[in-house]
Amino acid sequence: MSTPLSGPGSAQQAPGRGPVRTGSPRTSRTARNHAPITAAGLAAKVILLGLVAGIAIWAAFPLVAAEKWVGLAVLVLTTAALFYLYLGRRHVPAKYLIPGTLFLIAFQVVPVLYTASTAFTNFGDGHRGSKDDAIVAIQTSSVRQVPGSTQYPLSVATKGDPATGALVFLITKPGTDTVSVGDAGGLRPLEPGAATVGAGGKVTAADGYTVLNFGQASARSKDITDLVVPTAGGALRSSGLSRAYEGKAVRAYDAGCDCVKDSDSGKTWTADGEVGAFVAADGERLAQGWKVNVGLSNFTRVLTDERISGPFLGTLIWNFAFAIGSTGSTFILGMLIALALHSPRMRGTNLYRMLLILPYAMPSFAMLLVWRDMFNTDFGLINNLFGLSVDWFGQDWSARAAVILVQLWLGYPYMFLVATGALQAIPRELTEATSVDGASRWQSFRAVTLPLLLVALSPLLISSFAFNFNNFNAIYLTTEGAPFPADNPSNGATDLLITYTYRLAFGGQAAQFGFAAAISLFIFAIVAVVSVVSFRRTRQQEEVYA
Amino acid sequence: MRIRTAGVVALFALALAASGCGGDSDEPAAKDTPKAAGGKLVIWADDKRTAALKPFAEKFGQENGVSVEVQAVPNEDLQKNFVTVSSQGGGPDVVIGAHDWIGNLVQNGAIDPVQLSDEQKAAFNETAVKAVTFNGQLYGVPYAQENLALIRNTELAPEAPKTIEDLVATGKQLKAQKKVTETLCLQVGQKGDAYHIYPLYTSAGGYLFGTTANGDYDPKDLGVGKPESIAAFKKIAALGEKGEGVLKRSIADTNSTATFTGKKCAFLVSGPWATADVKKAGITYDISAVPGFAGGKPAAPFVGVQSFYVAAKGKNKALAQEFVANHVTKPDLAVALYQADPRPPALTAALDQVKSSDPDLAKFIEAGKNGQVLPAIPAMAAIWDPFGKAEAAVIGGADPTSTVTAAGKTIAGSIK
Repeated sequence: MSTPLSGPGSAQQAPGRGPVRTGSPRTSRTARNHAPITAAGLAAKVILLGLVAGIAIWAAFPLVAAEKWVGLAVLVLTTAALFYLYLGRRHVPAKYLIPGTLFLIAFQVVPVLYTASTAFTNFGDGHRGSKDDAIVAIQTSSVRQVPGSTQYPLSVATKGDPATGALVFLITKPGTDTVSVGDAGGLRPLEPGAATVGAGGKVTAADGYTVLNFGQASARSKDITDLVVPTAGGALRSSGLSRAYEGKAVRAYDAGCDCVKDSDSGKTWTADGEVGAFVAADGERLAQGWKVNVGLSNFTRVLTDERISGPFLGTLIWNFAFAIGSTGSTFILGMLIALALHSPRMRGTNLYRMLLILPYAMPSFAMLLVWRDMFNTDFGLINNLFGLSVDWFGQDWSARAAVILVQLWLGYPYMFLVATGALQAIPRELTEATSVDGASRWQSFRAVTLPLLLVALSPLLISSFAFNFNNFNAIYLTTEGAPFPADNPSNGATDLLITYTYRLAFGGQAAQFGFAAAISLFIFAIVAVVSVVSFRRTRQQEEVYA
Repeated sequence: MRIRTAGVVALFALALAASGCGGDSDEPAAKDTPKAAGGKLVIWADDKRTAALKPFAEKFGQENGVSVEVQAVPNEDLQKNFVTVSSQGGGPDVVIGAHDWIGNLVQNGAIDPVQLSDEQKAAFNETAVKAVTFNGQLYGVPYAQENLALIRNTELAPEAPKTIEDLVATGKQLKAQKKVTETLCLQVGQKGDAYHIYPLYTSAGGYLFGTTANGDYDPKDLGVGKPESIAAFKKIAALGEKGEGVLKRSIADTNSTATFTGKKCAFLVSGPWATADVKKAGITYDISAVPGFAGGKPAAPFVGVQSFYVAAKGKNKALAQEFVANHVTKPDLAVALYQADPRPPALTAALDQVKSSDPDLAKFIEAGKNGQVLPAIPAMAAIWDPFGKAEAAVIGGADPTSTVTAAGKTIAGSIK
């Protein structure tokens, strides 16, 4: 037997819930070799392969620019293989399998591998880039204006072509018409009268030089920001295109000692390859760090950090309770309604069905927020309607009951739909036969209807369980994990592992992608084990009933 | 077989055409030469500011022969997206955002310091300049500042309360007369709200970070968990659900302004962003400083500054610096931005220009007189969540001593 519904899913799923398979043709076409070539088929082939080539070439440019040769090789090989496959007449099964496989690799396997590799690094705020990036950032941000120095009106000029010629700074001493020209060699005064000084002190023309306008100058942005004119106290640098200041880079990287030195205070910070930061002798770290491999420390932190391992078990148990509770309660309610509407004595079933679908049709994202407000102690609909003053999200058990109640409301229409479908596929003769044998309604339901329903719905229940196990929205949009115990702000009573992880990684402090990736792998392992066990049990069940 | 050959020929023609288009459109992004990016300034701002900035940016572009593109990025994603694209070597040349981003942007190497002359700095409100200074460097050019104040329904409460006790007395009286249902609309929520409770926390003697010799916040001197903070939370607890019932978790960011505009409370603690709603609701209101506890320290709200930053990885840094250091510092842009989003301008000249037409501005500034600059150090990120939750727990009736001590431990644990 089969149900008309395919693919995992439940009402609680947010839109865009991952790959939904749009039934690719699986019909056997062994006669393809002898099939005539139709114009439409040919056109489709040409357009699709053209697209493949176009995308490949589009993707190649950035790869070449970034000198990612491995990526380029993969791109070229994949494209060549696709052309070989679809231009030839052989390998017919592969023609159907390859697109799905490629998408699977691109959107499932690669992200999982990327997550796994991130879990071994300290990737996160303060450790995003390479060491070179960090050094550049440290040096640039340490440039300070020399105390008491003046700022000069600046013009950028060149002796050659505005687009390529070597640049010089033309600066005017404020309040005078004395113009100097500066380049990497230093500052030299220009002959009086050789330059025309405009309003505000900017040089507008100079003998032998072409003064760049903003358009020309901004095209050479990097050359201008890189041009440093040494002076006695430091160096002249540009501040934009119309002002120069005398600045000094206080901190400099020394490759010899692999350290950063501060010329003002004389302090040194030595590179520490294990934490990915420059660390001084007194333990002070420079803010700009870099990404390094930290081995298993993200994983061990889950087990050794008390704040994480302590509440982990409690959260895990509630996580199971939540997933089982929301899946189970929606299934029972949905099935009961489906049974009621399945009864031949029921009138107006279409109207009921329409009304029942309504919660399913609402966007769960908005509904969760509405429910959150309805549970408000003083202003919420629920307390006002029933004359209660329950602090719903303020106590552990009421908060847990509330989120399951919301899940029930959001989820039962889906279960109702699938149960209706499955019920219609159960032959009436079977239940009639039981009544002929003298079984009660309950006995016939227990012995015939329920087992057959479960065979059909078990895979859906398992996928619904797996989804609810990681149902981030359901918690984050209603309670955000609250209530929190007074002494532990990082783990709330309604927290699922996924919301808990999210808070650890992004919520309470700066982003820690590496650590979050490690926890994701833990969650992945738990969900995988649960799914494998339950699918195995389902198969056994099918063998029993089939 | 003939049809097949034709097909292959057609296919390659199409492939070439497709590649032609693809290659062209991608060239500026792919090639990093300054020439390809020449004369173009890309600015990221949130939706509201984008609208205000566009005419100004266009004018700047036309006058100087460059093209300026202002891209709208939703406010809540702006910082995150900027840091992400920046670490991949791309992104805008200029970014607009709150000053408390600076610590995070600097530690990720995403922004460069800005060099302003002394006259330019003097044109700004002193607090605003202090806010964008980090590690002794100026990292942004401020254009607006904001802080909390007490917004009061003058029909219900004609007098501005001098202390919290005054406020509670007035609120209770109104409640007894059935004119209101809540004493005070100060958002707490289930997770607490460190920003909104801060005036009360400081008035009761608490602090977040001590300061170093040069006036910067010192992440090593954490005030949360210290006796002062416990004493402060005891006072806050007395106003909580098990005490006076003035502070409640049921009042959250989603409903505090609406409760006030619905005339269910006479006092609202909020910032300049709330005035639009209050005006729309037709409430006669006045703005005064958030009162402190009787006999306590002055209530210090956080002062936040909105600012322009130069992206470290921008393609056109010289032009970006020119725009930020030499054009944003002129008052007309600050006035335009004020008109799009009414927060007090940070430039004194711009503030003087708009002050006469909007009395609220001066009142907000007056209310922020005792304010403390919102810390921009990266360690601040560790404060928000634990501090807020401790606040929510204490207001809900938890023991202040153990709650605040635990929060202090959590915060200290996440500051490296």
